[in-house]
Amino acid sequence: MKRFLEFLSPLLRVDAGADRVVPPSGFTVRLTVFTAAAMAFLTVFALALSLASGRLAQTWGDDLARSSTIRISAPAGQMAAQTEAALKVLTQTPGVESARALTTEEQKALLEPWFGPGLPIESLPVPQLIDVAETSEGFDSDGLRLRLQAEAPGAVLDEHNRWRRPLVAAAGRLKLLGWVSILLITATTAAMVTLAANASLAANAQVIEVLRLVGATDGYIASAFVRRYTVRVLTGAAVGTVAGLLAILLMPGSNDAGGFLTGLRFEGWHWFWPAFVPPLAAVVAFAATQGAARRVLGELA
Amino acid sequence: MIELNNVAYSYGGDALLNDITFSLAPGSFHFLTGPSGSGKTTFLKLCYGALLPTEGDIRIFDHSAKDMGRDAVAYARRRIGVVHQDCKFLDHLPLDENIALPLTVSGQATPDQVANLNELMSWVGLTGKGDALPPELSGGERQRAALARALIMSPDVILADEPTGNVDWEMSQRLLRLLIELNKMGKTVMIATHDLALIRAAKAQVSARVLRISNNALQSAGVDL
Repeated sequence: MKRFLEFLSPLLRVDAGADRVVPPSGFTVRLTVFTAAAMAFLTVFALALSLASGRLAQTWGDDLARSSTIRISAPAGQMAAQTEAALKVLTQTPGVESARALTTEEQKALLEPWFGPGLPIESLPVPQLIDVAETSEGFDSDGLRLRLQAEAPGAVLDEHNRWRRPLVAAAGRLKLLGWVSILLITATTAAMVTLAANASLAANAQVIEVLRLVGATDGYIASAFVRRYTVRVLTGAAVGTVAGLLAILLMPGSNDAGGFLTGLRFEGWHWFWPAFVPPLAAVVAFAATQGAARRVLGELA
Repeated sequence: MIELNNVAYSYGGDALLNDITFSLAPGSFHFLTGPSGSGKTTFLKLCYGALLPTEGDIRIFDHSAKDMGRDAVAYARRRIGVVHQDCKFLDHLPLDENIALPLTVSGQATPDQVANLNELMSWVGLTGKGDALPPELSGGERQRAALARALIMSPDVILADEPTGNVDWEMSQRLLRLLIELNKMGKTVMIATHDLALIRAAKAQVSARVLRISNNALQSAGVDL
């Protein structure tokens, strides 16, 4: 604990004198603040992408995993009979929790996004759909297919697996990609701060020489640089995070028609996640500058 | 206070100082002389821990320099006021903050010390120059400012490397009188200079020991300058 507090002391010690010993450098300040802001902005987006992908994967994974559809394609005269036969088979199948035929209105609603409103579905050879909900144990799909083939030859069982699995996998990859992006942004921020701090320390070799001559310890000299860069990055990251949140807020609201793209936002307590971005950036800047300062001061000894 | 025992210092394979044994006693006044490049600055740097000997041992306030970490050297420097010929300052800070820098870095910048700062600036003849930036000062003013900075912590030892190198004769006499006055106040003073006239002028006012670095060795120059 003591060593941890000693490590943090350059940040916790508010010393106006120490803050003034390093010459101000306007361009570097603006560049560091801007870079930190840009990185924080990107982090907020990566976070939103990752969390939205996570939600999507969960939706596709959980909600659709326990549902199937039976499509009955039969001549108009046989449609009702085959539907009834299929429903009977389903009620007798272990692992089927419930099964119901979709109404004409429901089927119309499903087709509306493609054909528009007012579709005369009654006059079209549209297959009848049966929505099947499974119990947690699930059913024997091969056995069910065989029974359906015998009782309702026009029935085709669709477990959604064919399209659901790659989508869940893709959403999972997107989520992973989001976190990898955050890691890369964090590492890039650390590299940027290290480079800036190294350049600043090298440019201020005479300042360091004077400070050492008058009895400044390495901790004191390092703290002047560490505090400066940490505060700059914290400020920039706070601005970038607010800008990122505003951009997310300005995105269109989530709806079924928009699908994934309009779901790229935070939901519920996930809105608190971006609040961690500025402190994380400050911690990264602190550690990077501390490391750079110790190394350069060691080399200049 | 500062002891050198059989000290040698080499740089790039060339011996600059060899087998030097010396003790800087409290309250003493020393001149260190010798031709340019003889090793006077190196000798002073060894005395305040900026360099470590390649052979032998240096004790600074009873601590072996070789065993002192960088922080321990920093604390020792708060008891040693150093004045260089090429006085270096923080050019972005006004003169009063530069002179108070040793207080700032040691966390002793109290209101009492600030009052001492004004008194000290007056004593070295820099009254009214507190707001000036170092690049705006003349060579003599920079030398006096460096002296004031070296004295602000009331150090036990003052090491001055060619403190009169950039100033005219009148200013060099004024700086010398300041250093002699400090010695009379009990401070230990060592001045590295090749200005023999300055040494003769000082010896008329204070009991000073003159050392000479010649052929990498430290010798007592006696009175026959």
